[in-house]
Formats: sequence, structure tokens, C-alpha cells
Amino acid sequence: MANFQFRTDPLSGLKIEKSSENLIKWNVIAALATLAVGGLMALLVALTRWPSVHLLGATNYYRFLTLHGIDALLAWIIFFEVALVHFTSTVLLGTRSYVPWLGWLAFALMLIGGGVINVIVLLGGADVMFTSYVPLKADPIYYLGVILFAVGALLGFIIFFINVTLSKRDGGYKRSLPLGSFGMAAGSIIAVLTLAHGAAIFIPTLLWALNIIGYVDPAAYRLVFWGLGHPSQQINVSAMVAVWYMTAAFVVGSKPVNEKLSRTAFVLYILFINVASEHHLLVDPVLSTWHKIVNTSYMMHLAVLASMIHAFAIPASIEVALRRQGFTRGLFEWLKKAPWGNPAFSGIAISILLFGFLGGITGVIFGTEQFNIIRHNTWAITGHFHGTVVAGTTIAFMGFTYLLIPYIFKREIIWKGFATIQPYLYGVGVATLSIGMMSAGQFGVPRRHYDITFSGAPFSFTFDPAIDMFMSMMGVGGVLAAIGGVLYILISFGSIIFGKKIGD
Amino acid sequence: MSTNRDEGPIPAWQTLYDNIYLLLILGVVVPTVVYTVWGLIEVMNVPQLPIAR
Repeated sequence: MANFQFRTDPLSGLKIEKSSENLIKWNVIAALATLAVGGLMALLVALTRWPSVHLLGATNYYRFLTLHGIDALLAWIIFFEVALVHFTSTVLLGTRSYVPWLGWLAFALMLIGGGVINVIVLLGGADVMFTSYVPLKADPIYYLGVILFAVGALLGFIIFFINVTLSKRDGGYKRSLPLGSFGMAAGSIIAVLTLAHGAAIFIPTLLWALNIIGYVDPAAYRLVFWGLGHPSQQINVSAMVAVWYMTAAFVVGSKPVNEKLSRTAFVLYILFINVASEHHLLVDPVLSTWHKIVNTSYMMHLAVLASMIHAFAIPASIEVALRRQGFTRGLFEWLKKAPWGNPAFSGIAISILLFGFLGGITGVIFGTEQFNIIRHNTWAITGHFHGTVVAGTTIAFMGFTYLLIPYIFKREIIWKGFATIQPYLYGVGVATLSIGMMSAGQFGVPRRHYDITFSGAPFSFTFDPAIDMFMSMMGVGGVLAAIGGVLYILISFGSIIFGKKIGD
Repeated sequence: MSTNRDEGPIPAWQTLYDNIYLLLILGVVVPTVVYTVWGLIEVMNVPQLPIAR
């Protein structure tokens, strides 16, 4: 290893190699850029569904909603996860990146693919929404962009396996993987399955769009697409939980209360969380009741059990760590004295709370066939996944950024006061938005429709007037979240460019 | 970050979990069989509408 350029980070004590550091940096920068675009689209979409604003016309609404899904749900999160792959398979193990060229190839493919998708959607060549269900047909370039991005992401996750295998061979780590790395191992395993499904469905769809093959079965498309669409969110869950464990360890020095149990919970994710894709097909007339019940009502709950283990294990490990630091008075002194002013810590605290109560509980409810029949394709579903992906994953990643900037970019965080309030502001905004969506969904407000007054339709339909309050609640929450998101982007880019340098 | 307990024998289950390639195989096979393959078999067995024949 003597030929490789390592430095020791003065804040964390981590041993960081140059090529690994650069890969993490550029993947984080790409993640921030895509979040900026996805977040802008989110604000425009929210202001359109807020009845008293109704900002965009129909064409732009569906176009920007498509781009919001691509940039905020896929690109931002997967770029950040590939940064986490490099972090957990090299920095956390104190080893080097064994295949930096592959890391740059993966990055280039993701960047080109993501760029192609953004351009073709904005040009109006792919108004097919995030799901792009056949027989809706987009420009072939759209499918090509998705395939390029997916192949790049797959290579990015494969790097995890290469790095940890060669690191073990070279004695980089002698015992088991640290829990943060093990969590990303779970994420990388889920990613392999997920992206294989993506290739399996988008390659024939590209050939169909090019008129090389005549037909893609819509039912098969739906089934295989959701083998990509939902498990891509399960990569997020594993990565988010890994971030929870790592942040708790870095900020308060916590260690897992029962490491075997936490590892078992990750293994439950690996085995059972992907079948939750079936949620999206619970009202699909093609699949049998048995297929639906086995995949959701039985197996999915083993993954829910895993989330509950993490949800208790991480706060418990934080409590033990803070009590060890002397905060032992009464039941809750440790909680009162926790570092609430540190945005990395408050980020994971808010993420755990909102993911559990907003995203997790509603996911279990809406993922049950009998309830799904009532809520499927209503706005309640959108409220649920904003509780998981945004309130859970995005806030956790935002919090971890406040650690990566000093550790990896070697810069101090600027605007510390704004950084302290940013996770709270964003969390309150997303929670308000999510509750507004779910409440309106209870009254049957549809998931994506541009105009729920159905003006010009041959038959009139009027929703319960109560929905106005909930839709306005969504709009207010969306604006608050947008302010929090803008703060995050400004603080992150500002710190990377203008932050005071931290010496080696 | 030290989440790796430092000393003593590694528990048997943890040794199993350390084999990430075994986990990779299981993580791909279980959902592929239970969700994708089973689902595709059901899709292929849906009778065609007479008009489509």
C-alpha cells in the first residue's frame, strides 16, 4: 500500500486514500446537483397541486413530475449511495479503492445517462411519468438514458464487492465488516437484483420503442418494472440505516447494543424486503391472490421486523453512549443533553422518527391487500413514500453530508446557524406535506391527476370540501421543505467551495 | 468508527453473515423465485381475449 497516497483525517481519525476521496467527492457533488433540479421540480409540482395556486399547465405539470421522479427519487439518492459505497468499502475499512477506473466509468455512465434523461424529458420526448408503463411510448433516447444510468449504478455497487474482497485478502480488515459497511453490503446486494430487473425490462422496452420488436406485454412490464422501481427504494432503506449507525458512531461514539441482532436485521432485508414490490400490484387483476399474499402479507413483515429491530437498536445505542459520557440523571437526561444542535445528529434523529411513524407504519397499512384496495393510486400512497424516501432517506443523507464535508472535502461547514435549523425546517416541511397528502388521499384524491376538479369532463364529480385544507397543508409543507432544501444545497455547495480549509 | 467488537471468537451466525457472496446468492434467488418467476408464470397463463387471437 506504500504506493498509495493516504491521509489521516484529524476530526474522525479515518485513513483516507486520494482516489477513493475523489470518487466520494464527485458522487456527492453530482447528488447535490440532481437534488437541486429534482427539488425545483418538486416545488413546481407542489404549487400546481395546491388548488389556490395551480401554477403549471397540464403538459408542463406531467413533464416536471416525470423529471421530479427521475432526479429526486433515483439520481440524487443513487449518486449519494454510490458515494456511500466508496466510503464504506474503503474509508471505513482504512483501505484503498482497488478499482478507481471502474468507479470513474460508473460515474461517467450515470452522469451521461442522467443528463440524457433530463434533456429528453425537458424537450418533451418522454412525458411517460416515472413508471413509463407500456404502451405509453417515450423517445428511445429516454430508455437508453435509463439503461446507461442503471448500468453505471450497477458497476458502482459491484465496486463494493471488489473492494471488500480484495481488502480482506490484503488484511485491510481481519474480522467481520463494520456494521456501516455491512449495511451497505445489504444495499449493494439489493442493488444487484434491482438493476438486473431494470435491464431485464428496459432493454426490451428500448427495442420496442425502436420498432425492432412489436410488443411488450403490459402485465409483464408492470411486474418486472416494480422489481426495479420498489427495490431501488430498498437500497435506500439499507443505506439509510447504515447511515444511522455510522452517524451515531461518529457523533456520539455509540456502538451497537447487540451487533448480532443488527446484522440479522440487515440479512432479513436482503432476503425479504424486495418482495414488497408486490405493493404496486395488489389491485392488478393478472396476479393471483396467493402471489399477492405470500409476497406482502407474509414475507414483507419479516422485513418490517428488521426495521423495528433497527428502530430500537439505534436509539438504545445512542442512550448507552450518552449515559457513558455521564448523562445519567433520571430517565431522560441523555436525551436532553444529546447534540441537537449538530445537524448530522438531528438529521438522523428526525429521519428515524419520521421514517418510522410516517413512512413505516403507513407502508405496512397500505401494503396490506385489504387496505390497499381502498387507498391504491390515491394521494395517500404519495404521502407514504414521501414519508420514507424524503423524510427518511433524504434527511439521513442530508445529515451525513454535514460529516462528509469536513471528513472528505476537508472544509468547515459555513452558516452554522442555518445548518443547525436546516434538518428541522426540512423535516417539518416534509412531515406537513406528507400528512397533507395522506389525509387528502383518505378522501380519494387521486395520486397524480393535474386537475381534480375534472373541468371539462362529461360527468361532474366533487370531493369532500375538507380536502381543500389538506391540499393547502401539502402546499405549505412543500414550500417549507423547499426552503429547507435550498438551504441544504447552498450550505453544502457553499461549504465545499468557500468553507474554511481543515488541515491534514 | 468501531462497530466491530474487537476480541473473542466470532459467533457462528456472524461467520455465516460474513460470507457476502452467499448472502448475494440468497438475496437474488429468494425474491427472483418468489416474486419475479412465479409472477411471470402467472402472467403467461392468463388466457388471451378471443379478439386478440
